[in-house]
Amino acid sequence: MKIKTVTEKVMNTVFFACGIVAIACVVIITGYMLYAGLPAIFKIGPAKFLFGTEWASTAAEPKFGILPFILTSVYGTAGATLIGVPIGLLTAVFLSKVAPKKLANAVRPAVELLAGIPSVVYGLIGMMVLVPFVAKTFNLANGTSLFAAILVLAVMILPSIINVSETALNAVPPEYEEASLALGATKMETIFKVSIPAAKSGIAAGVVLGIGRAIGEAMAVMMVAGNVANMPELFTSVTFLTTAVSKEMSYSAGLQREALFSIALVLFCFIMLINFLLNALLKHKKGGR
Amino acid sequence: MKPIITSKDLVLYYDTFKALRGISMEIPEKQITAFIGPSGCGKSTFLKTLNRMNDLVPGVRVEGEVLFRDEDIFAPSVDVTTLRRKIGMVFQKPNPFPMSIYDNIAYGPRLHGTHSRAELNELVETSLKGAGLWDEVKDRLKKSALGLSGGQQQRLCIARALAVQPDVLLMDEPTSALDPASTMRIEELMATLREQYTVVIVTHNMQQATRISDKCAFFLLGEMIEFGDTEQVFSMPKDKRTEDYITGRFG
Amino acid sequence: MLQNDRSPRRRLRDNLLRGAICVAAATTVLLLVSLIGYIFMRGLPYISWELLSTSPSALRGTIGILPNILNTFYMILLALIIVLPLGIGAAVYLNEYATNRRFVAIIEFATETLAGIPSIIYGLFGMLFFCQFLGLQVSLRSGALTLVIMILPTIIRTTQESLKTVPESYREGALGLGATKWTMIRTIILPSSLDGIVTGCILAIGRIVGESAALIFTAGIGAVIAGNIFQAMSRSGGTLSVALYVYVFERGKFDVGFAIASILMLLVFGINLLAKFAKRRLSR
Repeated sequence: MKIKTVTEKVMNTVFFACGIVAIACVVIITGYMLYAGLPAIFKIGPAKFLFGTEWASTAAEPKFGILPFILTSVYGTAGATLIGVPIGLLTAVFLSKVAPKKLANAVRPAVELLAGIPSVVYGLIGMMVLVPFVAKTFNLANGTSLFAAILVLAVMILPSIINVSETALNAVPPEYEEASLALGATKMETIFKVSIPAAKSGIAAGVVLGIGRAIGEAMAVMMVAGNVANMPELFTSVTFLTTAVSKEMSYSAGLQREALFSIALVLFCFIMLINFLLNALLKHKKGGR
Repeated sequence: MKPIITSKDLVLYYDTFKALRGISMEIPEKQITAFIGPSGCGKSTFLKTLNRMNDLVPGVRVEGEVLFRDEDIFAPSVDVTTLRRKIGMVFQKPNPFPMSIYDNIAYGPRLHGTHSRAELNELVETSLKGAGLWDEVKDRLKKSALGLSGGQQQRLCIARALAVQPDVLLMDEPTSALDPASTMRIEELMATLREQYTVVIVTHNMQQATRISDKCAFFLLGEMIEFGDTEQVFSMPKDKRTEDYITGRFG
Repeated sequence: MLQNDRSPRRRLRDNLLRGAICVAAATTVLLLVSLIGYIFMRGLPYISWELLSTSPSALRGTIGILPNILNTFYMILLALIIVLPLGIGAAVYLNEYATNRRFVAIIEFATETLAGIPSIIYGLFGMLFFCQFLGLQVSLRSGALTLVIMILPTIIRTTQESLKTVPESYREGALGLGATKWTMIRTIILPSSLDGIVTGCILAIGRIVGESAALIFTAGIGAVIAGNIFQAMSRSGGTLSVALYVYVFERGKFDVGFAIASILMLLVFGINLLAKFAKRRLSR
């Protein structure tokens, strides 16, 4: 009997320990990001760091302004969202409302496969096919550009948007759609005036998820964006927050290295913001109705 | 008087299950026709066939014909959307859209081309008045329709259906989800509706059928057993099965 | 009278919307088909036995990806061995032990947060924490530990989902017979949630196979075959995805890149099929 209660107590503790691992990880990661990232920001000066337009980390008189990276990440993500959301949402509508069941069941695995393709493979295709294509189409000396990165990211966020939006559209109560049809609305009118508005918080969650993926993507972008610290323009080589970190990390030292961690901290803040937004949206969806 | 809807030998299958076994009847204009019968007798199925809402159910197949003002509603040239605009429907469970009260009512008219603010305002007001809801909601037209009580929601759905100015209003057990007070309000409302509209109602509640309907049809196992003036059906049914049902021997 | 009497504008809008939906869906499918087609076209011809079965040799100037295949395999093994007890334990805690709803919400929030952190951040954190702070160096074990945090949410979520499907009556039955809670979990709960755990593993393997950003700074790009898994653990080792990046982006060996990409795509196919199979069993 005694052994039994001891085992029971031990297992209680073990399971509790497992339960708090996730919390511990979040706390440690956050702590480390702050610990590693904050010093350089203050050494450089927060305003100079965040709003400086020039990054020259290895120059004799180094400059650490990351505004180009921030803007590139923001523009790149916005561009990818602009292209990815309409295609993704309409594909979700196709799967959920328009396609016959059999066709939908044939298309859905394609979306899953798209989600499973590793980012380096996207990067490879982007580098070998898209970049030369962009260069040729727009008559550029070099196709590595913000534009190429936007296209790659748009494809990469498609699966997130499609999956989450389809789930949201499937959850729209059929009574809404029946009511609309019974009022003499066509199927398309019903979809766009009733189904999509009713699923909007779920769709928004899908979009935010996609934004999170786009802003955090490193490898694929690294291979197509050119990685020059320019202020972002559609057809110039640019550096994202993610690639700013990864391209210099392997040979960095001193303040330069610390500044890379500061960039990561900025990225981390963006991601946390998006996470909170996502959480709020999903909660709203659960609580609503 | 000429019937507005005529059904001739209507047979309906759900895949292999024969849910309607040759229904023939004439529904008179500007009267209230009630369908009664035990659960699963086909009365709701028949109702939903009249504006082809059944098309949405996978595996449905129909034989025979249903004439709406002499036009076969299953003819290939018929546009279902147009048909449904003329034959509106109110469902068992109140199903207002998750929008404002105003937008719920204006939904149909906007689709069908009414966009001027003044016209819409007027339509919203007359429809809500027609459904006896105006006084209760006139100060919160911009508020969400989901904040209304169940009975108010159902009257909103009726108002919404009226706003597209249909000829016929189909009602599928419209009060079964409501409390007695709300039920009474809707019954009163139906009495006023029959001046302008043809109403067809499916109901589980025989007292309701006697209170509100002019004509009454009794369904059993996919067949229409008896159809006639409500008074006659309830006071001296011709068929033994009708009598058994209305005297409560089964169902 | 019942003919389509909608205005031309309304009809046009309807057709445009329907067209847009079909074009969007076709775009998605075409994208996938052309991506896969192109990769296989460029990659499959370069897959040879020599490529698969040798190490790269500077002496002979040949490239082989056997070390990367082995590293990928080791990485999966190591990460799963560590993450499974943790993830399953956490799911069991959330579903069977935790009583404080607030606390559960915090754990779930933490889990979702972990799922949202991008791999490059994990890579940096792993480098700082595992490689430097814990002194594990750039090695397979540092990489595996980093991956553990990344895939923890997946394992927790899928296990939790299948735990939720275990009927309450099983628990009551076991406890009613005088079993202790731990015995009940060991003998009833865990066996009946095996399907969910397997699904979680498959999804996690997919994630590990495709990962590059988190591994490049933690497990490195080594391509030497170690004697056994224990020796491999403490050495730098690049997985297939990392090798693809290195060969293509740093060394310009595009053919090798496409060959590896083809292999990765075949793995992704296999993993997706397995996941589907496991899910079907789960829902049964």
